[in-house]
Amino acid sequence: MRTKRFRPDVDVAPWKGGHSPYDIIKEGTIALVVVGLLTLVFAVVFGSPDEPAVTIKTWSNATPVDFAVTALSELNQTSGSAMYGAPYNNASVGQKLGPLELAKWVGARVPVNTVRDFVINPLKSLPDQPVLTADLRQWSKASASTRALWLKDYTKASANLKVVNGQVTVSANNAGPVPVFINDLTQMAQTGALDQALVTQSEFYTTNFTLPLLFLADGSYLSNLAQHQHLSGDQWGMMNELGNYPGQAWLWLYTFWYQIPPFNSSANADVLVWGLMMALSVVLLLVPFIPGLRSIPRKTRIYRVIWREHYQGSAEE
Amino acid sequence: MSYTEIERQWTTRLRRRFVHLLPPEKLLPDTQPTYVSSWIYVFGVTTLSALVVVIASGSLLALRGPQWWHTSSVGHFVNSLHLWSVEIFFFAMVVHLWGKYFMAAWRGGRALTWMTGVVTFLTSIAAAFTGYVSQTNFDSQWISTQAKDGINATGAGAYFNVLNMGQMLMWHILLLPLAAVVLTALHVLLVRIKGVVPPFEEHVEVNA
Repeated sequence: MRTKRFRPDVDVAPWKGGHSPYDIIKEGTIALVVVGLLTLVFAVVFGSPDEPAVTIKTWSNATPVDFAVTALSELNQTSGSAMYGAPYNNASVGQKLGPLELAKWVGARVPVNTVRDFVINPLKSLPDQPVLTADLRQWSKASASTRALWLKDYTKASANLKVVNGQVTVSANNAGPVPVFINDLTQMAQTGALDQALVTQSEFYTTNFTLPLLFLADGSYLSNLAQHQHLSGDQWGMMNELGNYPGQAWLWLYTFWYQIPPFNSSANADVLVWGLMMALSVVLLLVPFIPGLRSIPRKTRIYRVIWREHYQGSAEE
Repeated sequence: MSYTEIERQWTTRLRRRFVHLLPPEKLLPDTQPTYVSSWIYVFGVTTLSALVVVIASGSLLALRGPQWWHTSSVGHFVNSLHLWSVEIFFFAMVVHLWGKYFMAAWRGGRALTWMTGVVTFLTSIAAAFTGYVSQTNFDSQWISTQAKDGINATGAGAYFNVLNMGQMLMWHILLLPLAAVVLTALHVLLVRIKGVVPPFEEHVEVNA
């Protein structure tokens, strides 16, 4: 009969020692009661954070210039969303994992056209606006090159963009309907109508906030608030929570990679970190089969602390 | 129906197989090996208990819908219970995981037990994440707009849109908890089938 060699990191010798009474139901009940009480105490003492959502209305009233400049970036397609690439559009290749263009291969399956979705369609929803209606018609009839010239003129002048008495002022004389668009969209945002227009573009019922969230993220207002709350990426924001509440602390390793080279300066940081974390997850999953890694517990002998009583008993015998 | 026919039934075979694998005295044991005596064992049952509280508090939140807790003090308190039970759940689970690593708990044919535990851990991270982006407040706005870049970069964002609150909420309250509970049940059954891993034998070098 063939006998296998005993592998201490894989095999166990049959337990020949004794047994002691064990009431699994009682143990489970006590644990549930203790955890329930602990949860109750934490909830009563510390509560939980609930900062109200930022609206486009609050953003455009608090920092109208930032909103107007962001609206322009949606119209001239220089915003983060406009230039994002997949899954929103085909404006860029997106991040690459070595030679792999993962996002590009999947394609624009959540289509977002910032000109149409963030500016033109919302403006079209405004009632009783004869000037705007005429400007929208002018825009739709204009060629791509004409639109580009209007946008170039307005963008050049927007360095001195101001909002005075609720009116967006820019000294651009050859910008076609663009000044009206930016002004009316800013005023629309300040009334709260743009929040609604962005979520209800396609149907009455919706739970999809892709458009308003992308618009918000393109501006500086949301990120400034987050920075103030120490939530940005370079502040370990992925695992932080508002105030002093514990957040997703279990994401510490994922967050850690973003703080160090080459990830903190790479244009492909997201996909690199995701790739690394996926690889590490597979390693964790396969620890029982990886020589060396599975020997660490035996070699470090931390198990002697865990099973202290067992080894003390063995020594006494 | 003949006796042989009954013996061949899928139900009969499955019952026999299950009882063979997990007889009642293993499923609900009344004794355990004497080496099962350490503070580390507390964290497995603590994780399970916290999961029960997470699901119970989440179910209470579900009763009145995703925005109830913003407008009701009772709802906010239930949300606090949900948050803290999640924190306890992850704390206990991580200690449990590290404890099992340093016990080399995969030994003796327990690799599948380890692997179901790891997958449960990863599934729980996804479940918690979808909860964070379904809060319908500033937190969820910021987390979702930041997290989208990581997920989109992998190509997964085309199908798993973190800016789609409805989709995230469905994953959070149904798909991922279901997966976590099924995986946890499988993990616990494997622990019961294989038993708790014994300590390293320091002086014995015998047959496997």
